[in-house]
Amino acid sequence: MSANPKNMVKVFERPASLTDAKFTYCPGCHHGLLTRIIGNVLDELDIADRTVGIAPVGCSVFAYLWYKADSQQVPHGRACAVATGIKRARPELIVFSYQGDGDFASIGTAESIHAANRGENITVIFVNNQIYGMTGGEMAPTTLVDQKTTTTPLGRDPKVAGYPIRFSEMIATLDTPIYVTRQALFDTKHIMDTTKAIKKAFQNQVDGKGYSLVEVLSTCPTNWRMSPVQSNKHVGETVTKVFPLGDLVDRG
Amino acid sequence: MGERLLLRGNEVIAEAAIRAGCQCYFAYPITPQAELLEHMANNMPRLGRTFIQAESELAAISMVYGAAGAGVRTMTSSSSPGISLKQEGISYLAGANLPCVIVNVVRGGPGLGNIAPSQCDYFQATKGGGHGDYRLIVLGPSTVPEAGELTMLAFELADQYRIPVMILADGLLGQMMEPVELPDPIDPASLPAKEWATTGAKGRAPNIILSFEMDPEGLKQINDDLQAKYRTITKNEVRYEQTDTDDADIVIAAYGTIGRICKSVVRMARAEGIKVGLFRPITLWPFPTEPLKALSERVDTILSVEMSAGQMWEDVRLAVAERAKTPFYGETGGIVPTPRSILNEVKKHVR
Repeated sequence: MSANPKNMVKVFERPASLTDAKFTYCPGCHHGLLTRIIGNVLDELDIADRTVGIAPVGCSVFAYLWYKADSQQVPHGRACAVATGIKRARPELIVFSYQGDGDFASIGTAESIHAANRGENITVIFVNNQIYGMTGGEMAPTTLVDQKTTTTPLGRDPKVAGYPIRFSEMIATLDTPIYVTRQALFDTKHIMDTTKAIKKAFQNQVDGKGYSLVEVLSTCPTNWRMSPVQSNKHVGETVTKVFPLGDLVDRG
Repeated sequence: MGERLLLRGNEVIAEAAIRAGCQCYFAYPITPQAELLEHMANNMPRLGRTFIQAESELAAISMVYGAAGAGVRTMTSSSSPGISLKQEGISYLAGANLPCVIVNVVRGGPGLGNIAPSQCDYFQATKGGGHGDYRLIVLGPSTVPEAGELTMLAFELADQYRIPVMILADGLLGQMMEPVELPDPIDPASLPAKEWATTGAKGRAPNIILSFEMDPEGLKQINDDLQAKYRTITKNEVRYEQTDTDDADIVIAAYGTIGRICKSVVRMARAEGIKVGLFRPITLWPFPTEPLKALSERVDTILSVEMSAGQMWEDVRLAVAERAKTPFYGETGGIVPTPRSILNEVKKHVR
């Protein structure tokens, strides 16, 4: 029996807050999934028309194309400073930055820490895939020990490059942040957990509570030289041992 | 007009910014502009406006980017080494067509240099200190009252042309106290709305602030549009002052603090019967090339005087070409030339 579209129930659709622009992300990468989750949260909280998103430099440089919301594309690493400027200029706006590990935890270290410490009432989405995807797979501050990248061809040697930096734990030492959490997307349960965390991080801002950070462990099948399935397994079995999941701060 | 106040140059720039409707100010402390930061710290919060002492100059200029993109009048200030750090953000602001005001209270360089007055950042300010083909409007006040006037003007020009405007002062101007009369404050709410700003996409298509275009043809168009804007500004906004140039045999070209000192030199020289005039650029970009060119048709010598090794001098020579002699006198390291030493230079070039 052929299905009549008129009798079908719609169980899945594009979030209303997302445009129909095609993602520039590689197959199997979690950026697209995460963008969907944010779109859904903007829908649920009905805030897209007063939201300003911040597109960083890196794989998500085109993030300003995905949302039916205002955006600012900003210099590498400066997203939290720009977010500060927008939010202070217009506190009624909902401001979120979307940053990779190079952007947030390397070149933007100072901006990331000080915006958190000032308690800027913003939402930060920090995508940790342990590699520089856009530029071709170089070492990130979060790259695992022994992980091969184009700039650690023999694997990351902690004697040369130090250990992977747990940036969210650093932020969690500060007294000001309201919510700091690390989540992942490698299976359905964790996708649901991430969705809840992102909703909470936006709700905190809507409620005027202050700074929220959601770190999301993400995959980079292209530069990890793994299939999407292997990549998810790698996050679940290996990456989460170095970057444990869960809430680090919850003062909400 | 408002009340008459006795203020330092740094404080006048800050107070003028407040009166121009500056709603967000972000900066990092550095000598010799600390009084500017402190005046803002003392006054912005009580007006319900934003003052943030940023973690760095990079952060401060990026905060300016965010606030400018959100459509409010915004400013940062620093001195030479700090302005070098801001160049990343300045290039992005220029590329994204964002209006803002940047104050450089110039000190001696290069490197850490010293905290004495200097004009050694002229190249950086007028030729594009950051990456890419861009310009700033650069204003060079020579007195404390003029610093106030040009700061008010800077906010107007920034909004009119959607361009970052730089006030190029120096440590002497920043520290000197003079009586000033500032205009009444502008209510920021009375300023026209900026339709392009990221204020929330309610009932309209999203506004996007960016300086990014992967397609070479697209980026060429962005550059063409910037250049067209710069031509319009060059046509409309050149400002300069001439003193006693009508019958002059020799004209001094000088801006900022040195421009003011050279007014005394003109008086001293005239008292000795030497026919000296002064040409003082007020807009350093756009440089008053055409008026200076016209002047060079009828004087023998145009002597550039600067607190640098000869930076504005290059623009003077470009304007004058071979129509007049173009000698240079300058001091570096934070040494301020005295009227007497400048007069001695003038005499070397008088027949």
